[in-house]
Amino acid sequence: MAARKLNLKQKYGHFTRGLDWEPSYQSKDDIFPFAKYEGIKVHDWDAWEDPFKLTMDAYWKFQAEKERKLYAVIDSMAQNNGQLGITDARYLNAVKLFIQGVTPLEYQAHRHFAHLARHLPGAGLRVAAQMQSIDELRHCQTQIHTISHYNKFFDGIHDFTHMHDRLWYLSVPKSFFDDATTAGPFEFLTAISFAFEYVLTNLLFVPFMSGAAYNGDMATVTFGFSAQSDESRHMTLGLEAVRFLLEQDEANVPIVQGWIDKWFWRGYRLLTLVAMMMDYMLPKKVMSWAEAWETYYEQAGGALFADLARYGIREPKYADVAKAEKGHITHQAWTIFYNYTHAAAVHTWDVDDQHLAWLREKYPETFAQYYEQRYLNWRDQANQGKRFYNNGLPQLCQVCQVPMAFTEVDDPTTISFRVSEFGGDKYHTCSDGCKDIFDHEPEKYSQAWLPVHQIFQGNCGGATVPEVLDWYHINQGADNMDYAGSPEEAQWEKWMEGRRPAAPMAAAAE
Amino acid sequence: MTQPVSITLQNSQDGFAIAEAIMADNPGAERRSMPAMTKIDRPGRLEIKAASVSERLGRDWDPQEIHLSVISLSGSVDEDDDYFAVYWR
Repeated sequence: MAARKLNLKQKYGHFTRGLDWEPSYQSKDDIFPFAKYEGIKVHDWDAWEDPFKLTMDAYWKFQAEKERKLYAVIDSMAQNNGQLGITDARYLNAVKLFIQGVTPLEYQAHRHFAHLARHLPGAGLRVAAQMQSIDELRHCQTQIHTISHYNKFFDGIHDFTHMHDRLWYLSVPKSFFDDATTAGPFEFLTAISFAFEYVLTNLLFVPFMSGAAYNGDMATVTFGFSAQSDESRHMTLGLEAVRFLLEQDEANVPIVQGWIDKWFWRGYRLLTLVAMMMDYMLPKKVMSWAEAWETYYEQAGGALFADLARYGIREPKYADVAKAEKGHITHQAWTIFYNYTHAAAVHTWDVDDQHLAWLREKYPETFAQYYEQRYLNWRDQANQGKRFYNNGLPQLCQVCQVPMAFTEVDDPTTISFRVSEFGGDKYHTCSDGCKDIFDHEPEKYSQAWLPVHQIFQGNCGGATVPEVLDWYHINQGADNMDYAGSPEEAQWEKWMEGRRPAAPMAAAAE
Repeated sequence: MTQPVSITLQNSQDGFAIAEAIMADNPGAERRSMPAMTKIDRPGRLEIKAASVSERLGRDWDPQEIHLSVISLSGSVDEDDDYFAVYWR
């Protein structure tokens, strides 16, 4: 008689628990040396319930199918001058931010999930971490491969890994992930799988991909969707991992709550860059940052934390601050980038009248009152040939590393500025959220590699801006400065010229 | 109050069929269209029945094929040979 076919749950059980074994000549503490030092207590690893049940045969089958779909689009882009399909060359700055800031994080995630796949004591979690490690490598590779098409025609993309390690605004995502990978395995899971992937990742990927779709960037939509389907698995891993830790021992609850508070705030500050991209870099806009925050944090996060309340978990500390700031942070971030575009590998530009009207409509309580006049003044200066660039170096927050330009929650005309003392030195942070994080682990954050400090200490190629930009590998006059007058603008206009109808004969003769 | 669960699908041929199956099988589900994607929300639980999707596609659809169409979800996941569900415990 033929063997009975196993159902999905049985197959997955054999694949994970069935292939695991009890060690006989080494102690578990020696095999998993990182499992206990964070204070997390797990009594029964078998209580872990796998959310998605992908066996290897299914995993390879579906991943191969995703790759086939993506490479069909990459080929099509290459064969059909796909770069001409985007709404405007300004749009490409969103893609530049993505490859400079996000793609290297995919590689970091690949490395660290491989570490977890070795070091988590539970077989089910190890298998999920191993698959995620392979996924993250795929994301990194497919993003590089897809965006390489734009690198043939646009600036600022040519040396993104080098820039990721050195540029001031890219130290924001880099230090975020370095912070996570230097934490223990359970903090990393809470930080990346739960706080970032589950709670906040929709705010990164969905607006990026929806924005790309709306702006004719078929390539980014396709790699984004290809990655995002894996992301659904990763998000669910984060949710179930946190739930598992909370169910295993009551003593885990305050530890996990502390990590949720910390990593919510770290992730939220990191998303400032995405928020600015949404409100300022998309020629055709999908939704405002404030609207995205309402849908993906206030609504979805509200449901999540209501569900976790049974374990004694509350909403992240300072979620109310993030809510109160939603009408401000994107304008403040754009201001930073406009000020320092000469030192960045993205362009900024005059916000035109149509865009100003959109901002007034989306931010009725803040934009006209606090930000619009600033942009009009800059426009006047630029029209007089004196486009404003800030030649001072900004103070950076010791924790999130964003230049200190955020304002007090109850007063948008005062810079928010906090000071801590540690080991006889003063350390500055941008908010109560970042100050709490510093004060909890000052030994860690006092060692932060702050780009501005490093320039002043003489570690960044020299004492002048051009020397530092060389050290960044910024191709000066192409990668940096205002979009107006850039080689990219000239190239784009030339392409578009070919699309405009020729002037009528009679008019041309006059 | 039952908290909403949510699933976001690609606007692809399979994605459309899955979205239609969800709307037919889950009374009270709300559907919202965005560029390139469709988001469906419902209080408590959303279930995708393999038979329903198969009927719309005219071929056997395996719930694990959800991996080719899903963009995001909110809630816990339960899957087996004949369904894929998102729910709050």
